[in-house]
Amino acid sequence: MISLEQVSKLYRTERVETTALDNINLKIEKGEFISIMGPSGCGKSTLLNLMGLLDEPSQGKVALDGKAIDRYGDRELARVRNQRVGFIFQQFHLVSDLSVADNVEIPLLYRKMSNKERRKAALAALDRVGLSSRTRHFPTQLSGGQQQRVAIARAIVGKPGILLADEPTGNLDSQMGDEIMSILEDLNRNEGATIVMVTHDPRMADKTHRVVRLFDGRQVQ
Amino acid sequence: MLRNYLKIALKVLLRRKFFTFISLFGVSLTLVVLLVATALLDSVFAPQAPEVSGNRTLGVYLMGMTGPEATRTQFAGYQFLDRFVRPMTKLPAVEAVTCFSLPETGVSYLNGKKIESSVKHTDGEFWRVLRFEFLEGGPFTGDDDRNAHFVAVINEATRDKFFAGQPALGKTLEVDGQRFKVVGVVPDVPVLRIAPYADVWVPIGTSKSDLYKKELVGTFMGLIVARSRADFPQIKAEVQARLAEAKPLITDPKQFNRLLGGADTPFEAAARLLLSSRLEQGSPQKLWAVLIGLAVAFMLLPTVNLVNINLSRIMDRSSEIGVRKAFGASSWTLIGQFVVENVVLTLVGGVLGLLFAGLALHAINASELIPYARLSLNLRVFLDALLIALFFGLFSGVYPAWRMSRLHPVNALRGRSI
Repeated sequence: MISLEQVSKLYRTERVETTALDNINLKIEKGEFISIMGPSGCGKSTLLNLMGLLDEPSQGKVALDGKAIDRYGDRELARVRNQRVGFIFQQFHLVSDLSVADNVEIPLLYRKMSNKERRKAALAALDRVGLSSRTRHFPTQLSGGQQQRVAIARAIVGKPGILLADEPTGNLDSQMGDEIMSILEDLNRNEGATIVMVTHDPRMADKTHRVVRLFDGRQVQ
Repeated sequence: MLRNYLKIALKVLLRRKFFTFISLFGVSLTLVVLLVATALLDSVFAPQAPEVSGNRTLGVYLMGMTGPEATRTQFAGYQFLDRFVRPMTKLPAVEAVTCFSLPETGVSYLNGKKIESSVKHTDGEFWRVLRFEFLEGGPFTGDDDRNAHFVAVINEATRDKFFAGQPALGKTLEVDGQRFKVVGVVPDVPVLRIAPYADVWVPIGTSKSDLYKKELVGTFMGLIVARSRADFPQIKAEVQARLAEAKPLITDPKQFNRLLGGADTPFEAAARLLLSSRLEQGSPQKLWAVLIGLAVAFMLLPTVNLVNINLSRIMDRSSEIGVRKAFGASSWTLIGQFVVENVVLTLVGGVLGLLFAGLALHAINASELIPYARLSLNLRVFLDALLIALFFGLFSGVYPAWRMSRLHPVNALRGRSI
């Protein structure tokens, strides 16, 4: 489903060149639940961004369903992200000016859907994460766990098939973290979602099918 | 999607109240100034009653004489109008011609109180060319002019001053020591309407002196009503030919050897006056360009201000931009969103500007700073306001929107603006 072949990512400034990822080879099959672990700054988020088509590799090939992403233009990349990938961020990244339901609708704004269809899908996604009673609230009126559940609803509302979660439990206490993890496991088990999750928490990583470990930008497991 | 954009736009406005206030203040203040200026221009140049034939009327407003060492710029002289323009009624293209003086201040005393009025000397045709609505009586005639009958048409304000608002028909009015019998009363005409404006209209024949009859350039104006606007070029050429024909009548040929002027629409006359030092034919297009240039220059300041404010919002909203990009917004979609938001902001500013401009015009009308001014926000002015607001919205929104759309999604999510 997602494949990375000899992928490297370099960041260059005028004086310094930093290698964020070095010769990564990885294949993720449909329906897998993978965790990426490693110390801070080892390139976990960079790897996730490459898989989510938010960034391009400096070298190597990232392909989605066999098609290399360097063949996509801006519009096509946007379309693929919209239809195939859902993101869950550690900082939630909810739009504070929009209600919970409006936040969840965001991915559907970029599809040809009526207001009614969008609202129906958003309510269903919120129901899926147990937040159907909070649709009119604003993000600041919710707890961290609830905000992350809204973020998950936003990620799954368009039924993208691939969920990329960047430390989704990193900002939550263990109980909230467990709740979020249960939702992700359920999405993977019952709805066939392919999930790639960056985490520092071995307890969470243990619940996934496979662990990819990075160290200084290199894949060590 | 538009509903979502509008929601966001309104929230963004409310979120940063100070910036919103600065933006709206800039937009609305600029609009007020531009709308008042537009209303003034509209009041001067747009055809309106009593100039019912205004769109097919040319005026001989400005005239001058030039020679090797000097140029004199004035208005048309009665001799030129009477001998060379008035006979143009015989041309098939011309429907009517009227001659009238510039308004002069006439002094009256009523119960020991001094009253100043604007007095205009006109011929009988004046009332056929300019269709005043008569509140009382009717106009004086060509015969009244030729026979120097001391009759007058007055406006409502003069009736109020002299006759305390009572019917004035048949009553007598004394101006500059001359007594006139009131034959008609008409509504007040704003001073901005150069041709019809006056407080008191009397026949040219009642002038105290005959000197005006010898003037080629002086203190008169003429209006030529064409059968249609298509006749304008022919009439203009004819007036030019007649200016050349009148050259031998110049009384001081050593100093002046050419008559200047021509037949113009009011806007062309403004172009002739403002864009040429020797009353050559002015280019209305050039005058439009100058006016639009001034308006654009005036609008640049708030536009640049808005651009800056909008750019400073990039950091504020980088997370939202990152999220939208991550979930499928293309750069063009984001540009569209931000431009919509900015247009909303400027339209709000536009509505406020329109409101304040309405109040400003009301204040100008009430202050009598411009006698009998009836400045208003009509449909034309409203459309101007809409265009100006859209100008603000688009020009101040496109560049920041483009900058926003170029944000790399990863950087945007990290809260970086580059």
